[in-house]
Amino acid sequence: MSAPSPALGGLHAQCQTCSLVMSMTMEALGERIGCSRCGGMIHHRKPNSLTRTWALLIAAGICYVPANFYPIMQVTSFGYKQSDTIISGVIYLFQHGSWPLAFIVFVASVVVPVLKVILLSSLVISVQRRSQWRPRDRARLYRIVEVIGRWSMVDVYVVTILVALVHLGTMATIAVEQGAIFFGAVVVLTLLAAQSFDPRLIWDQIEDSDD
Amino acid sequence: MRESRDWVPLIGCQHCDSVVLEPWVPDGGSATCLRCGGTLFRRQRQTVEFTLAMAVSAAILLVVANVYPFLAFELQGQATETTLVSGVVALWEQGQFAVSALVFLTTVLAPASQVLLLLYVLAPIHLEWPSWGAATAFRWVEHFRPWSMMEVFLIGIFVALVKLRDMAEIMPGLALWAFVLLIPTLAAALAFLDAEVVWRRIEEAK
Repeated sequence: MSAPSPALGGLHAQCQTCSLVMSMTMEALGERIGCSRCGGMIHHRKPNSLTRTWALLIAAGICYVPANFYPIMQVTSFGYKQSDTIISGVIYLFQHGSWPLAFIVFVASVVVPVLKVILLSSLVISVQRRSQWRPRDRARLYRIVEVIGRWSMVDVYVVTILVALVHLGTMATIAVEQGAIFFGAVVVLTLLAAQSFDPRLIWDQIEDSDD
Repeated sequence: MRESRDWVPLIGCQHCDSVVLEPWVPDGGSATCLRCGGTLFRRQRQTVEFTLAMAVSAAILLVVANVYPFLAFELQGQATETTLVSGVVALWEQGQFAVSALVFLTTVLAPASQVLLLLYVLAPIHLEWPSWGAATAFRWVEHFRPWSMMEVFLIGIFVALVKLRDMAEIMPGLALWAFVLLIPTLAAALAFLDAEVVWRRIEEAK
C-alpha cells in the first residue's frame, strides 16, 4: 500500500462527508474513527472500495440483460394486451414523431447504464494495474459517471406515471412487468457502484513530481 | 490524533486527497484543486440566509406539489387524477414493492428530507437558537443528495405525456407547476450552500 500524499507534511485523513482534514498516525489508519466535527465515519480510503465496486458492477451487468429482455409494462385495453420493453418504448416515441424524447430515453435507459459500467470498470482496472495514465482525465471521468447515472431512472418514472394515470377498469389498465424491477436494480446498483469507488485511489499511484 | 484545523486552516480535496492551506476566495468564487481539477469549495456571501430562504420556498412548493393533483387524465368521459404519491401507491398495490419504494425514495423522501433537514439545521444558526443533532441532520443532507432525482422525474412526465397524447386528454394540475418550480429552488438552495461555513457554525454552537 502506498503512503497517503504527503502534502504539507504528515499523515492525514479526510472526512468524506464534511471534508474536515485530520492528522493521523500510521496505527490509526486502519481503525474505525468518527469525525470530530460531523460524527460520520472517517476512512483514509473507502473500505474494500475496488472489491465492492466490482461486485456491484457485475451484479448490474447481470441485471441489465433481463432489464432489456423482459417487458417493463403491459397495457390492457378492451381485453387487448400489449407488452412494452424499454427498446419498444423508444421505438414507439420515435415513430410518433417525438424523436428528441426518443433520443433522451434511448441515451438514458440504454446507453448510460452500459457506458457507466464500462467507464467504472476501466477506472477500477486502471487503479488495479497501478496506471500512471492521465490521472486528471480519469478523475474527471469519474465525476462525469457520478452525474450521468441518475438519468437512467427516466423509464422507471414513466412506468410509474402511466400506472398511476391509466387504471380505467376494462377500458385501459397499465401494469408493471418484471423488466422494470431489473431495470430499477441496474440503476441502484450502478449508483452504489459509483459511490463505492474511491477516486482518491487514482492518485495513490501517481508521483507528484509530474504536475 | 489531533484535529489539524485547530492550528492551521488546512483543507483537503475530496476528489484526490491532496491537502492545501485554505486559499482566500472572493464571495461567489470557487477554488479548484491544482492536482486533479476538482472543485475544492465555493464561497457564498450570506450562504446561511440565502439557502434558508430557498429552503423555505422549497418547503411551501413541496406541500403544494404533494397535496394538489399532478395530472388529470380523461378518456371517454372517465377521468382519473393523480398526485405525486398516487404513483407510488399504485405500484405498491400491484405488488411492486421494490420499484414503489425506489420511486418514493427518489421523488418524495429524499427531496423532502433535504428541505426539512436544511430548515432544521439553518434556521437555528440564523436565529442563533440552540439546536440539537444539527451535525447528524446536516450529514444526512449530504447522504440524500445522490438519491434526490426530481429533475429526472420531470423528464419522465414529459415522456408519459407524449405516450398518452394519442389515447386521451391530459391536463396538468397545480402540483405539476409547483414541482417545476421546486426543482430549480432546491437546486439553488444546494448550489448556494457553502457547507464549510455551515460546519464551522455547527462546531461553534456545540
